[in-house]
Amino acid sequence: MTTELEWIQACNAGDIDEEDVLRFDHNEQTYAIYHLRNGFFASDGWCTHERAHLADGLVLGDQIECPMHLGRFDIKTGDPLNPPVCKKLQLHPVKLQDGQVLIGLSAAGQS
Amino acid sequence: MKPDAAIVIVGAGHAGVRAAHTLRAEGWMGKLILLCAEPDMPYERPPLSKTVLLNEKSMEECRLFDLTWYRDNEIDLRLGATASQIRRAEQTVVLDDGSSIQYHRLLLATGAAARRLLIPGATLPGVQYLRSGADALCLKERFGTPKRVVVIGGGFIGLEVAASAISRGCEVTVIELGQRLLQRAVPAPVATRLEAKHRDAGVDLRLGTGVDEIVGREQVEAVVLANGERVECDIVVVGVGAVPRVELAEAAGLDIENGIVVDETLRTSDPAIFAAGDAVSFPHRHFGRRIRLESWKNAEDQGAIVARNMLGKSETYSEVPWFWSDQYNLTIQVAGIPALGTTVVQREVSADATLYFDLDADGVIVGASGVGTGTAVGRDIRIAQMLIARRACPAPERLADPTCKLKLLLQMEAA
Repeated sequence: MTTELEWIQACNAGDIDEEDVLRFDHNEQTYAIYHLRNGFFASDGWCTHERAHLADGLVLGDQIECPMHLGRFDIKTGDPLNPPVCKKLQLHPVKLQDGQVLIGLSAAGQS
Repeated sequence: MKPDAAIVIVGAGHAGVRAAHTLRAEGWMGKLILLCAEPDMPYERPPLSKTVLLNEKSMEECRLFDLTWYRDNEIDLRLGATASQIRRAEQTVVLDDGSSIQYHRLLLATGAAARRLLIPGATLPGVQYLRSGADALCLKERFGTPKRVVVIGGGFIGLEVAASAISRGCEVTVIELGQRLLQRAVPAPVATRLEAKHRDAGVDLRLGTGVDEIVGREQVEAVVLANGERVECDIVVVGVGAVPRVELAEAAGLDIENGIVVDETLRTSDPAIFAAGDAVSFPHRHFGRRIRLESWKNAEDQGAIVARNMLGKSETYSEVPWFWSDQYNLTIQVAGIPALGTTVVQREVSADATLYFDLDADGVIVGASGVGTGTAVGRDIRIAQMLIARRACPAPERLADPTCKLKLLLQMEAA
């Protein structure tokens, strides 16, 4: 099944330093937008373990570390890397357009 | 090694369960027996004083793993099984039902117990401690119909219980012997902010006073303070610290020194016996001293490391301590050992979040504390933890300047 993506403007590319993360809220959902050395990425904003904003965490290379229990995810795959996180992080496509970071969300609703 | 050799873990708290998990992940194919003294499935402890008391999380939701996981991983989890003796010469553990288990390697993850209050009336019904899931469920029930609660001890557990109790509609009085809250744990301004938060929420904080006696005929009716004042109450929650559970190790003749003595690889004075978690006193290379930590992170890290070392590795443990406490909408995070500092540098991150860095006499960062809503201070405390690990001497004016990114200070150290 193909889902229609809706491209939502999340922030300006210049809003996030390299190796950093920004919180983006949309339609009562929260997301984390990452600026890595090789581009922009996005994921769900809540940690898959407990209710903590990943955007309050630390970006280390290609990983995001949750500020609550220091569980880490691979930002490029969503894979959980160390306990206590064990559930995959939902990623979202990102594209750059005129200096804007757009996040692709399924039009039907969020994960 | 005999084909039926077993690794036996005494204690199914966080360290014990993490060790079992890691042993299987690292390829241990032999028997793996996990002794859990409590009748309930192993659980995470941090939510007990918070979301469990607030009735937001059930004990089932606090489970570390479900039963299937233990089965699938062939972990012989024995609930309600207490080890009563270690026979080191025979390498066996004797259980309280008289049976015994032979071990190839033994892990003592016996944890800590709530320190008991030794004053008149301390054994009256209605005097409660908070350590186990059963304790939490009991308190949760009792907070269900609003009560007058006295919390003895203004440490982290006491304050978290106070916050939960008042949120559930109880009348709460906290009695703390120290002149301020969390005397040794955090700098004074963090304590001041917490005091204000608790007072705003309606908690009656009594600082600088002890409790002489708990009185009541059949059940708790009041506590009597050192100045003679009576505080009427229905429940007393005692949160006056924890003591390492060393009885088993001590009776077996292992070295004890404010905890089970282990080396940097978490091995006890008997090479077949290891120990991890709240119960151990270990040499911390970074701080050049022996320490014992009671925290989730320590149990998590040591559980994993001790498992690998039981399988023949010799990893050392010298992580800079890190822990957190949640009270109302505030989170307090602490890295390092703030008490080792001589100077405190304050950094106002936002209207809501403040950090305090502790520098020693040489300007080396040794501790950091932060307070703010939600996870507002998480990232900065984590970077501070890394600065501490690198023995950084950041310029105080840079630390104090919120426009100077901490990550930059870290990169400057690395350069």
